[in-house]
Amino acid sequence: MSFRTMSLGLAAATMLAGTALPAFAQDSIYVPLFTYRTGPFAGSGTFIADGMHDYLEMLNQRDGGIGGVKLVLEECETGYDTKKGVECYEAVKGKNPVIVNPWSTGITLPLIPRASVDKIPILSMAYGLSASARGDIFPWVFNPPATYWDGLSMIIKFIGEKEGGLDKLKGKKIGFIHLDAAFGKEPIPLLQDLAKDIGFEVALYPVAAQDMQNQSSQWLSARRDRPDYMIMWGWGSMNGAAVKEAVRSGYPMDKFYSVWWPSEDDARSGGAGAKGFKELNWHAVGANFPALQDIQKHVIDKGLSKAAKDKVGEVLYNRGVYNSLLIAEGIAQAQKLTGKKAVTGEDVRRGMENIKLDAARLKELGLEGFTDQLVLSCNDHNGHRAAFMQEWDGSKWVKISNPIEPMTDRVKSQLDGAAKDYAEKNAGWPKRTETCDKAS
Amino acid sequence: MLYREAGQFKTNYVADSAIFPLREDRIGLAVIILAAYALAFLGNSFVLQAVMIPFLVFSLAAIGLNILTGYTGLLSLGTGAFMGVGAYACYKLMTAFPGVNVIVWIFVSGFFSAAVGALFGLPSLRIKGFYLAVATLAAQFFLQWCFIRIPWLVNYNVSGALDAPLRTLFGIPIMGPNATPQTRYLLVLTIVILLTWLASNLVHGRIGRMWIAIRDMDLAAELMGIRPLQTKLLAFAVSSYYCGVAGALLVFLWYGGAEYDVFNINQSFFILFMVIIGGLGSLIGSFFGAALIFILPIVLGIVLPAALSPFGLSVGADVIEHLRFMIVGALIIFFLIVEPHGLARLWQIGKQKLLVWPFPY
Repeated sequence: MSFRTMSLGLAAATMLAGTALPAFAQDSIYVPLFTYRTGPFAGSGTFIADGMHDYLEMLNQRDGGIGGVKLVLEECETGYDTKKGVECYEAVKGKNPVIVNPWSTGITLPLIPRASVDKIPILSMAYGLSASARGDIFPWVFNPPATYWDGLSMIIKFIGEKEGGLDKLKGKKIGFIHLDAAFGKEPIPLLQDLAKDIGFEVALYPVAAQDMQNQSSQWLSARRDRPDYMIMWGWGSMNGAAVKEAVRSGYPMDKFYSVWWPSEDDARSGGAGAKGFKELNWHAVGANFPALQDIQKHVIDKGLSKAAKDKVGEVLYNRGVYNSLLIAEGIAQAQKLTGKKAVTGEDVRRGMENIKLDAARLKELGLEGFTDQLVLSCNDHNGHRAAFMQEWDGSKWVKISNPIEPMTDRVKSQLDGAAKDYAEKNAGWPKRTETCDKAS
Repeated sequence: MLYREAGQFKTNYVADSAIFPLREDRIGLAVIILAAYALAFLGNSFVLQAVMIPFLVFSLAAIGLNILTGYTGLLSLGTGAFMGVGAYACYKLMTAFPGVNVIVWIFVSGFFSAAVGALFGLPSLRIKGFYLAVATLAAQFFLQWCFIRIPWLVNYNVSGALDAPLRTLFGIPIMGPNATPQTRYLLVLTIVILLTWLASNLVHGRIGRMWIAIRDMDLAAELMGIRPLQTKLLAFAVSSYYCGVAGALLVFLWYGGAEYDVFNINQSFFILFMVIIGGLGSLIGSFFGAALIFILPIVLGIVLPAALSPFGLSVGADVIEHLRFMIVGALIIFFLIVEPHGLARLWQIGKQKLLVWPFPY
């Protein structure tokens, strides 16, 4: 009996599964959002997911989509797990997605070779494979506005200026605490190169993904080594734990720098002692922009968002908004280039290469002063834009520097080497055949 | 009615000791294999790429662990790492010798995993049960540490990740981004059938009986003349071989590229759960376990939104994820209470009931 019910249930489930895939009308654009609101990285991922979703939903509510075409938004939960990410990719592939945002370096890597075959562009915003900034080798991958190598060079430059010149870093010791994964290890070759040239010493403190919330041994070593500066490359619960441990071990917080991922919650977890903690950023914090006000009005107030009202404008929420800004701009440019309304992945790839977010365009979008300008081209899929430093004042992030340009000369050689290396190791890596649109 | 033993006479010992003594079983197996091959031409790319290929890969890994844990009674938590050894070995071999067909390297990479597995199996002579599990945990952590720390293993890739280069068989791409899910599925299916057939012969023969004897009572087995060290090491080697091949298939024919983190402790637990739920000491149980642990959440992910939408409930992806966890967790507990010997035992009971249906005695 139980077998009959079981097999009946199974049969019903399979039949449902067959019919469950919704059919999309031709006059809509399908934008899947890979998000993670569960798992160890949910502490960062939830804000990003809300920001991404709310901006695009706002466009739907306010303007009826982009260029009059409604956006069909669908979240797929990856849990920051490569296995589920690849499953998500397969699940959305058949529905003609115009772009995918893996939001995990681990998920991005297996998708990179597939992008050109499946004709789906990948937007890995300031993460993923740094080398994919080279549009001539990776025509389907975009990682604006700066790579991790750019980011590291900016932090070193900022520290150098504080000391009174890069050469003053000679003899200093710089600690690098990082997530022990491809993401966290990526800047290490550049850091070691710089150490050799400038003459500072590097101390590495890797944090394995399973010990993210327990970093006492790393900070104990840091206390013994007494590095003059600490630089962090972390994500998820690692950031908050690091701030907490740094405060507890008495590390001077004004000498603690991070790449652009820690959120307000991460800094808050250090309590009052976290004051002085600094991180890079390339967009504004706060909700004082017309577009963000529209999100409040059209999305949050209507109860269409999962975000709490006070989270709008926090750094990772705005990061999600920036991500969606790029998606929307890619779609808008694609519509302009092709004259089509319902664009495809191939069109959006061309659109992304023609992104030109200057001050005028940002003002038009209601985001004046939200971020620095960004111009992408066929060869440059990154922009290598400057970022600024922001400091935690105990309750919010405060911008404390002018835009810091990356050390382009150093970063470029790393980048070209890595891109060439990738293409060579993947024997038969396709040459770029996609034609280049003239900048509009 | 259709499934009846009556009238099938065995006239020699070979027929009597066959693995599938019933004609219906043989026909059923043939039908399943045919259906599996037919699926390659009927299923869409989601079914093949996101459901069937991973299912087969995990089944193979579960068979590997089942040989060790189910047949020999040695608990291991190093499955993920042994899969990793296979994947990294395969990567090194196929990049160092691109001229040799990659299928050869997939099979050869298992031997590297077997060697490493046998090495970490050495303590199994002295320690048993949970203590051995802890010893294999050391293998998991040590090997994972190696995957991160030794850049030679990934040919000094900056990203520190494995990637699948383009490889062909008879001019058709079978690896890399250009390989269609269909060809990859056919390849994985063939390898899994081949290795399952091999495993089935192993566990039903002399070696399998040695393993089972060690599992049931190692002292008695030793008194009967079975050498514990060799037998246990052989179990470790064969088990790791299967895991290694599964690891190579996972990275190169499923993901198409992976970080070291794929082979973490969670992967080991994942496979162990499959073996326990499916049925310890059963090959078909490995397939059942993989199906329940891997396919069920995917089906739920598709069914739940569809089932909830008629009630006007639209739930987010994260709620679905939580529901998946809860339902799969509850089902695991349910199955373990109803039948502690796993799904394979349920299957066996079902078959026995069918044999006497409709006249139970």
